Amino acid sequence: MRTLAIIVLFGLVMAVLPVFGPTDFTLSFLTLMLLFAYLGQGWNILGGYGGQFSFGNTVFFGAGLYATVIVQVQFGLGPWLGLAAAILAGALVGLFIGWVSFRYGLRGSYFALVTLAFAEVFRIVANSVAITGAGAGLQVPLDPAPANLQFVGRESFYWIILALTVASLLLVWQMERSRFGAYLIAIRDDEDAARALGVDIFRTKLKAIVLVGALTGLGGAFYAQMFLYVDPHIAFGVAVSVEVLLVSIVGGMGTIFGPLLGAAALHLISEVARETMGNTPGLNLALYGALLVVMVTFLPKGLFGLATVSAGRLFKFRRS
Amino acid sequence: MLELKAVSKSFGGLRATDAVSLVVPEGHIVSLIGPNGAGKTTLFAIASGFLKPDSGFIRFLGQDVTGLPPHEVCRLGLVRTFQVVKPFAEQSVRENILVGAYLRCGSRREAAEKVEAVAELVGMSDRLDAAAASLTVAGRKRLELAKALATEPKLLLLDEVMAGLNPTEIEEIIPVIRRIREAGVTIMLIEHVMQAVMKLSEHTWVLNQGRLIAEGAPEEIVRNPDVIEAYLGHGLAARMEKLEDA
Repeated sequence: MRTLAIIVLFGLVMAVLPVFGPTDFTLSFLTLMLLFAYLGQGWNILGGYGGQFSFGNTVFFGAGLYATVIVQVQFGLGPWLGLAAAILAGALVGLFIGWVSFRYGLRGSYFALVTLAFAEVFRIVANSVAITGAGAGLQVPLDPAPANLQFVGRESFYWIILALTVASLLLVWQMERSRFGAYLIAIRDDEDAARALGVDIFRTKLKAIVLVGALTGLGGAFYAQMFLYVDPHIAFGVAVSVEVLLVSIVGGMGTIFGPLLGAAALHLISEVARETMGNTPGLNLALYGALLVVMVTFLPKGLFGLATVSAGRLFKFRRS
Repeated sequence: MLELKAVSKSFGGLRATDAVSLVVPEGHIVSLIGPNGAGKTTLFAIASGFLKPDSGFIRFLGQDVTGLPPHEVCRLGLVRTFQVVKPFAEQSVRENILVGAYLRCGSRREAAEKVEAVAELVGMSDRLDAAAASLTVAGRKRLELAKALATEPKLLLLDEVMAGLNPTEIEEIIPVIRRIREAGVTIMLIEHVMQAVMKLSEHTWVLNQGRLIAEGAPEEIVRNPDVIEAYLGHGLAARMEKLEDA
């Protein structure tokens, strides 16, 4: 119940924020942060709760991104259909990758490598076929109107992404309390023990990766609507894959609020670095790497682990 | 209830189980004994679907379950526990048992009630919110039992639930196993603690180097010369007899 209260409170506070007239810069910053909290939550479901570390979540993101843009540019259909196409595309890619890797029991680094390889394959294919616009990419014509899912101000996408993030928090909150969630955690902790208790490992993992695919695909669709452009590098480069796992690991894998905390921390750090050290390209990635090493060494449970530990200590201290 | 027919399994050149046939009758506590490396755990792994036999078949409740994956065997009501216990270490005792309970319980509430009932049965009601990793060896063995029970098995294969327990703890867990049988669960034990085998089981099979070498009531089995030889070494049965005669 306390978790639900925190989620609702977070949603309400963030929702009224644009009323206080933040700058465009602040809104964009928060929108991207929330988007990565949302995408990170997707990684967290399979990686944090299920223990299956994907290094290529950008395949789902890119599939959604391309699906949305292609539906509009190549087929002349509306962006709302594009959203549906993105969810479907993400889910199907998830089903396919999940089928080929979990069917043959790929785990740990093997699974990670397979996902990484798939992302590369998708990037190369997107780079060379006509329907994706190949290397030049595709552009959605600018025509701001709610029906086109394009808006003039930045508040609209801020609210949409916020709603998405809150929905993902609620989803994971429910998942933790469900059979599916219990099975996923059991698989992460000990596959054999889970199998002995009647858990269908293959089906549970497949469900999880399809869910992650659909969620991440939808995230890609909104990214497309915000920037109205896609190319193979944006869709299937390593950036999104790395960032979604970073926000989860830094924030706390297998915890509801981990990805959100991680996204906030990472985006703040890279912003501060940009302010103080100038626009050196790749600097934020170097910082992320250093931070990851520090986190894994000293705080394997992430920021959320730190938060709960210190809250626990405080509580004990007060009681005694 | 459970029928193994000429079940064989080799690992490389080693015949872990060699044409083993046995029938477990419903409603009893039976046991499987034998020296280390005799193939007892392998036999449990085959019966529960974790390993596929090279030849032979397994029937459970009249149904052929040979080659069925573990989760389906479990669904039919045949569950094993692990000799090296496998708790979901980061979870609480309650969450551990919950995983088993979800097999037959659709809703969270129903499953939670099942957890309470099972914890009561194995005597863990006061430990439900403890972390599984914080339990003692005896506690972990009970948890292993509780997780399996939560799936509502008809036949429970217990792989050395008493190994590593002190005599007091063994005395405490024996009535727990009896209670489980009284609740209508057939039980097959792998056990080295002979005191427990004698007290609990009504029928015993002895496995040595993958083969069944004897079966019968435990009191008879411990006097069987083949069994003594298997445990204590070649020629010892004869020497013991001479000692007794002298």
